[in-house]
This record gives sequence, C-alpha cells and structure tokens, in this order.
Amino acid sequence: MSQSLDAYLVLASLLFCIGTFGFLARRNAIAMLMSIELMINAVNLVIVAFGAFTPELADRASVIALIVMAVAAAEATVGLAIVIAIYRNRRTPLVDEYHSMRE
Amino acid sequence: MALPPTVPYFDIAWDDLLFLTFGGLMLAAALGVVLGRNIIRSGLAMILSFAALAGIYALLGAPLVAAAQVLIYIGAISVLVLFAIMLTQSKSGPASLVFHHQAWAAALAAIVLALLLVSMVAGAEWPRAVAERVHTATGDVARLLFDEFVLPFEVVSVLLLAAVIGGVFLAKREDTDVPETEAGARQVTLGSEPGGASGRAASGIASATIVAAEDLGRRP
Repeated sequence: MSQSLDAYLVLASLLFCIGTFGFLARRNAIAMLMSIELMINAVNLVIVAFGAFTPELADRASVIALIVMAVAAAEATVGLAIVIAIYRNRRTPLVDEYHSMRE
Repeated sequence: MALPPTVPYFDIAWDDLLFLTFGGLMLAAALGVVLGRNIIRSGLAMILSFAALAGIYALLGAPLVAAAQVLIYIGAISVLVLFAIMLTQSKSGPASLVFHHQAWAAALAAIVLALLLVSMVAGAEWPRAVAERVHTATGDVARLLFDEFVLPFEVVSVLLLAAVIGGVFLAKREDTDVPETEAGARQVTLGSEPGGASGRAASGIASATIVAAEDLGRRP
C-alpha cells in the first residue's frame, strides 16, 4: 500500500476535501485560515509523493515543497494580521458579521 | 535486533502500518480541526495533523521536507495561529453556531470533490506508480536549491520580508494613551474616516485646531 502512488494521492485528496469543507462551512475567520493551511499541506503532499515515485524529479520535488512552505508561511502571516486588524474594528472573528458593505 | 519483514500476527509490512497510522491520524486530526466546536482545540488538532504529515514525508523518503514541516508548520505557523486565536477570543466564549447555515451545501461540495478526485486517481495510469521509492539526499537538495533554483529562493526571501513588514504594519496596535482633547478630536475625525494614515494625520490636524481654538477662547 505504501509502495503505490495511488494511496498517497487518495490521502492528499481526502485532506484537501476536508480543508475545502472547513473553508466553506466555518464561521470563524481563523478556522477558515486553518482550513487553507490543510489544503496547502495536501498539495505539498502530492508534490512530494510525485517526486518520490519519479526518480528524475526527486530532488526538485523537495525544493518545490520547501518553497511552497515558505510561501504558505508568508500567507499565514498576512492573513492572520488582516484577521486581527478586522477584529480590532468589529470586535468579532465571525465572518458573517462583517456585513457593513451589504446594506 | 532485526525486525521481522512483516508485522507479527498481521500480514502487513511495516511501511504499510506506518502509512496507515500516520494517514489515519492526519485525517482524524484534520476532521477535528474542521468539526471541533472549541477553536483552541482546533488549533491543537492542526498541530497533530501537521506532525502526522511530517511522518508521511519521512516515509516518502524526503527527510529535509519532514524536518522543514516540523520547523515551519509546527514551530512557526501553529504558534502564529494559536496567538491569533487567543487575541481574537471574545468574552462570551465559543460561538454557539460553529458553521454557516449553508454548511450542508459545503459538505455536499466537499464530498462530490472527494469522489471526483478519488475516481480520477483510481482511473489514471501513472507512470511507474508502483516502482521502488526514491530517497532524496539532503546534499543534492541543497545543491539544487543554491544552483538551479537560486532565483526562486531569493524571490521567496524577498516575499517573506515583505510579508513580515506587511504583517507588522497591519496588526500594529495604534497607540491608545493620548491626551483627552486629542482623543476626543480623534473620535470626531474617526467618524468620517476610520483608521489609516490619513485618518491619523487628519485627527492630528483637527486636534491641533481645537486646542488652538480653546486657547483663543480662554484669552480675554
């Protein structure tokens, strides 16, 4: 099982779908950001799995995964800073109460 | 001592056992992140999910990526997320309603996406899908990172710098201990133009004007 690429791809697909559900369904902005992190991790797992099963791509997959991790760290920094800035104005982390542009 | 080739009493290889353990742990922790009512427990479950994923990276023969996963995700991003959770906790405790009212549609979309992805993976013929796995040497990765991928490497470092500066600027608390009159003037100004550098400058100008007017009024 652990010797076949399909198992890793199915695992990453399930993780990505869990992240998708969390991003669409949660009300808390930070929970949505955590779901995005889960989706990024799923994509990273796909990259590393393809690299591990393709001999000429093995080193490049590690490099690309590391760069994805750095970009994800930058995304988390800016996203959480935006959430904190909004929380300071609206006093709530729930995204469905950010409706001042609706009416 | 040498391990037997398969797990005793169960006819599965050790790698499969590790894969099932780490994979199951990762999916269970991810479900805990998404479904948990308490947001702090969601954050702790996220750490568990990241740790299990680091184990899967090690199983895939990418030790540098596994180490970076522990360092970056568990060490940096999780701590950042936990700090943000504690900064945005409202006094009334966890919200009574965790999900949107349309959560069933989100669940439907996620399930359909999962079925599509799994059927696609099962139906496709990947090249060398069951070949022997490759183990990457960290030295080769470093050589590649500083030779062929040196431009993306530097661009990512600039991106991280920009993100750090932007994050500090966005999350910076504006100084609250201002004198009474200035605070009042800021309140007036903020009504028309909330926050931002222009708002601060305008409030400074307005407070200076008010102070000058009061001085003029007090003089005989």
